Amino acid sequence: MAKITMREAISQALMEEMDRDPAVFIMGEEVGVWGGTYAVTKGFYDKYGPQRIKDTPIAENAIIGAAIGAAMVGQRPIAELMTINFAFSAMDYIINQAPKLRYMFGGQFSVPMVIRAVGGGGRQLGATHSQTPDAVFAHFPGLKVVSPGTPEDAKGLLKSAIRSNDPILFIEHATMYQVRGEVPDGEYLIPIGQSKIQRAGRDVTIVTYCKGLELSMKAADELAKEDIEAEIVDLRTLRPLDMGPVLESFKKTNRAIVVEEGWKSYGVGSEIVSRIYEEAFDYVDAPIIRVAQKEVPLPYNRALEQAALPQVHDIIEAVKEVLK
Amino acid sequence: MAETINMPKLGFDMQEGLLVRWVKNEGENVNKGDVLAEIETDKATVEVESSASGVVRKLLVEAGSIVPIGDPIAVVGSADEVISEQLSVSSKKVADEKPLPSAPTIAPVAQTAAAVQEGPVKASPLAKKIARDNKVDLSRVQGTGPGGRIVRKDIETALAGGALTVDRRPQTVISVPPSTVYRPPSTEDQVIQTTKLRQAIGRRLVESKQTVPHFYVTHEFRMEALLDMRKQINAYLPDNEKVSVNDFILKGVALSLRQFPNLNATIKGNEVVQFGHVHVGVAVTVPGGLMTVVVKDTDQKTLRQISGEVKAMAARAREGKVKPDDVEGSTFSTSNLGMYDVEDFIAIINPPEAAILAISSAREVPVVESGELKVGWRMKATISVDHRVSDGAEAAQFMQALAGFLENPVRMLV
Repeated sequence: MAKITMREAISQALMEEMDRDPAVFIMGEEVGVWGGTYAVTKGFYDKYGPQRIKDTPIAENAIIGAAIGAAMVGQRPIAELMTINFAFSAMDYIINQAPKLRYMFGGQFSVPMVIRAVGGGGRQLGATHSQTPDAVFAHFPGLKVVSPGTPEDAKGLLKSAIRSNDPILFIEHATMYQVRGEVPDGEYLIPIGQSKIQRAGRDVTIVTYCKGLELSMKAADELAKEDIEAEIVDLRTLRPLDMGPVLESFKKTNRAIVVEEGWKSYGVGSEIVSRIYEEAFDYVDAPIIRVAQKEVPLPYNRALEQAALPQVHDIIEAVKEVLK
Repeated sequence: MAETINMPKLGFDMQEGLLVRWVKNEGENVNKGDVLAEIETDKATVEVESSASGVVRKLLVEAGSIVPIGDPIAVVGSADEVISEQLSVSSKKVADEKPLPSAPTIAPVAQTAAAVQEGPVKASPLAKKIARDNKVDLSRVQGTGPGGRIVRKDIETALAGGALTVDRRPQTVISVPPSTVYRPPSTEDQVIQTTKLRQAIGRRLVESKQTVPHFYVTHEFRMEALLDMRKQINAYLPDNEKVSVNDFILKGVALSLRQFPNLNATIKGNEVVQFGHVHVGVAVTVPGGLMTVVVKDTDQKTLRQISGEVKAMAARAREGKVKPDDVEGSTFSTSNLGMYDVEDFIAIINPPEAAILAISSAREVPVVESGELKVGWRMKATISVDHRVSDGAEAAQFMQALAGFLENPVRMLV
């Protein structure tokens, strides 16, 4: 197994799928000559040429709209949004067109496209470029939302996403491209819609995904020093949501927290907690706590930004609270 | 400085009390020693006295709440004092205590029956499920979670400790409405919620009968002399002070125990503790069960003193108003069913004591004396003894010693 960065894992997935299937192509702002804002597609332009690596105008609705059209006629576009915050400019296409066309046309068309979007805060990009609005997109039936927390998952899930015949929003975290992790040698796929226990434990269940996984793993290491063994369930996919491992873990530990980077209100944590109460009420031994972003537009100031984002110590405190 | 009044510990095994009624309301003046509330414990309804003088500023629990001992129940202070400190100290605990719903009674029923309806117990869903599956009475489990919430660990601890599988789910208490029209008795099964007292009796006696190896010795006493003497004594006493046969027996038992200290004892592991005092307990029938009132230093007291004390304590017990002192500390117990024309019966030892005497009726019966059939007054009594402490011979000798007093009652007067 090779230890590679998240950036390399995503890049490998894209390249492997482009090599495998000539219908796969990439379009987005600065994805070509520049090599991508986060250097994910560095070298792609030289390898695949302007026909398959398309630099676009700064017009997100045009990017997504063109991708949908291409997908409907048999291509497999990968549309890149420089940040997920720009998705709001293309909201009609992302919400009203892509996820609904197959349904509205009775299966005459499918939309096999991937929207890669960079989300998350922590890079001092200000209130409008630092959001984690994952839950917004996971709200709509028809749009699959994937957000990996490890290089292994990123590669395997992205390859599955590219091969999917339905539109998928693939959310990467802006601060995780340098995260390293072991990735299996050779080709592998990870099915979309499967949660995974990333760390086994007996005392408390931490349900999380993406950046929250990184933070939760650190928190779990700290907690282990105090003989608290946290089990971490990584959702990996927000829609379709796989509650199996969550419930399995919770029925064992009877106590849980949910960690997400987005805001608490109407968030991923709210969904998870509700499902646990609905499906495992008799196993609840303490109220479940949500760890999430403070309810403010994310500040630019570094100290304030960090104060608003969930941190490792917030997770440790929440775990101790539910274990009281 | 305002003072917080806490749930008192009114018995050595008391863990919580049901606050039956507030005697003082918020805003009322109260002197130290005044009765503040009535508390029902496992054993009795007792009065809680205020440990401070002033104004009842705040009642922290509602009538009907079950409150662990030591938890604050009220704040007494001066009328204009700021009591936020006392309230904040108490609020954490008090927040957990919710009032019990009033019982859905149709017609008047015994107050105790209504008062012990199970209220909302603060427990996690998991704890509730495990309790349900194992028939654990949540109201008897001590919660260690936030705010006293019962969590899985607490149930598991309770289950490990055992003796908690009492199902106390609320049941509708039904009594027959008064009616002038004859109605056949209902053929439906009646489910009656047991009182705390009934439950306490059950717990203690199950423990006794299952763990204490009982043996029994029955003796028949000649009662003519005692009955004669009683008639003579009572001739000089006003009606409300007349001594009973049982008063004689208590005195005789106490004096006999002085000769047999091994029966005035308790066993602790490999040691028998013979009590220095002789405190004879007297079982009294009360609504919803039975209670043992205790005549302290029975051997030191005169018949009239014994008689007066038993009368007063029994009256308090029947009214549900015994003082803790009335029911604590017995070293030997007696149970008398003499008034019900009983030939003989046996009693279960009242733990942690070593023996109990079951006293039956004095009856006019045929007796044989010097080869002749005569009519005589006889009374049977049966002593139940813990075989770990004593043996049959000692118990039989005790009964002989008791006969020595009961059959020669003048010995009890000197």
